[in-house]
Amino acid sequence: MKKKIPLALVFIAGVSGLVAAFVPHPIVKAGDEIMRNDVLRIIQSFAFILALSSLVSVHTSKIRTRRHKWPYSIVLLASFLITSVIGLGGGVSGKGILPTQIGNFNFNIQTIYQNVIIALSTSMFALLAFYMASASYRAFRIRSFEATLLLSAAFIVMLGVLPIGDAISHHLPAFAQWILDVPNAAGQRGIAFGIALGGLATALKIVLGIERSWLGGGGA
Amino acid sequence: MIIMIAVMSALAPPSGVKAYDTPGDGGSSITIEWQLSPDDEDVDGYEIHRSTDNVTFEKVGFVGKGIAQTEDKTKDIERYFYRIAAVRDTARAYSPSHGPFSSSAQWFSTTMWNVLIGFIVSSFFIIFYIYRARKGRSLFIRKIAGLSAVDDAVGRATEMGKPILYSLGLGQIDAIATIASLNIVGEVAKKCAEFETKFLCPTFDPVVYTVSREIVKQSYSTVGKPDRYDPNSVFYLAASSMAYASGICGIMTRERPATNFWIGSFGAESLILAETGAAMGAIQIAGTDNVTQLPFFITACDYTLIGEELYAASAYISKEPLLLGAIKGEDFIKVIIVGLLLVGSVIGLVTKFQILSLFK
Repeated sequence: MKKKIPLALVFIAGVSGLVAAFVPHPIVKAGDEIMRNDVLRIIQSFAFILALSSLVSVHTSKIRTRRHKWPYSIVLLASFLITSVIGLGGGVSGKGILPTQIGNFNFNIQTIYQNVIIALSTSMFALLAFYMASASYRAFRIRSFEATLLLSAAFIVMLGVLPIGDAISHHLPAFAQWILDVPNAAGQRGIAFGIALGGLATALKIVLGIERSWLGGGGA
Repeated sequence: MIIMIAVMSALAPPSGVKAYDTPGDGGSSITIEWQLSPDDEDVDGYEIHRSTDNVTFEKVGFVGKGIAQTEDKTKDIERYFYRIAAVRDTARAYSPSHGPFSSSAQWFSTTMWNVLIGFIVSSFFIIFYIYRARKGRSLFIRKIAGLSAVDDAVGRATEMGKPILYSLGLGQIDAIATIASLNIVGEVAKKCAEFETKFLCPTFDPVVYTVSREIVKQSYSTVGKPDRYDPNSVFYLAASSMAYASGICGIMTRERPATNFWIGSFGAESLILAETGAAMGAIQIAGTDNVTQLPFFITACDYTLIGEELYAASAYISKEPLLLGAIKGEDFIKVIIVGLLLVGSVIGLVTKFQILSLFK
């Protein structure tokens, strides 16, 4: 029974999703919308409570047992607590019951998000350029045929889209575009076929109850 | 002279107006078609006029010249009459009105026939090979290096006394790559439980966190070591991609995992994760269905599951005959697709038949 109910629910949800893809009738579409938007959102909300309790539990345990670099957990929990209080009490735009402005200094959740989270995310994103350089160097060092091919293609495409490419040879931009349109597109479509079939097979296996790894109890 | 100007400025109306319930839709739409005015080159466009009593018409749409079809949003219970006017400046040349027409909701999307046929054929072969596997036929599956390395990777972590890090990516629970990853995480967790290797699984989505926690917990029970399960081994990290990436980078530098699994749906952070893992000297096995991230994983990881290999992983690791049967079915469909591509290419090159129109 412990496994039969989840399997039955998955079967019903899978078949109803499949039917909604082929049946445009508003009754079916409305049911599908409820499943996708309302039901999923409700589940998401409850799951979020569990997820946050996990976050607090992991870091509280780290502090309690004084594990390696545990002070970072204090920073995390303090940030979590402060932003939660400001967000819940101050409202999204600072119009809640908690005052989120002292003189000209504004610290509502939107301001914190724009000035802290976005700035930190952008900094992290900017690091990608250095990681790309490091990855290119690694690919160059591998010295295999595939790595050389990858680097050569990337180099030609980069040159082709820059003005200097046209200055070197008028044929270079067209050749770079050919690489993108023909070998690159062919490879990507080949992978896309595999992904589509793999996705279909995975969905079928789960809906029909053949794949049960997600229940933690082994394959079939 | 006046008569000549009147004759020159007179517009010929469009003809052959016909309307019908838009096929294969959810209702509330009527498609109207007409034959262009003989003066199409000189008109500004066409106005669509609608009436419920065939007496009082209202303008409900306008299309430019050269266009002879449009859709009108309607109420399913109403009956409508239509007429089309060719427009040039203030002049209007009306076609006769036609009707009544009404719209209704359909029970099958006629534009999805090709998808339905493809789905039925593909499903048939997948289920057929699963059935054959159930009968006990042996099935050959080619070696997938990345998946064959899972045992070695877990063994290495055990010998080194270091943890295994498993990331399910940034996909939500409805992403097929995340579902495939959830199928694999249970198998990896079982091996960790058997070897008593520390297992870390930071998650991005709350629902994925809840599901993966249960899978890992169940995996420990399945191999008979429920007491070895650490409730903090699967944990929620962040719901922002860069915060998630920086969080995992922090975990890697602190915990120094011997093996990293990057399996699921990834975005720009893939390279940050894989490069940091490589710098830490970990064995890395990656798999994603995001084609744009594959080059980064191929460059920075030891093994990369490309495309369908990600979906085959669960079957490959568990060696379950029924799951292997599905992979065989997929391969057979691929053979059919390649055959169809070759035949279609030849037909497209040699004949004038518009082969691509079959897929519209």
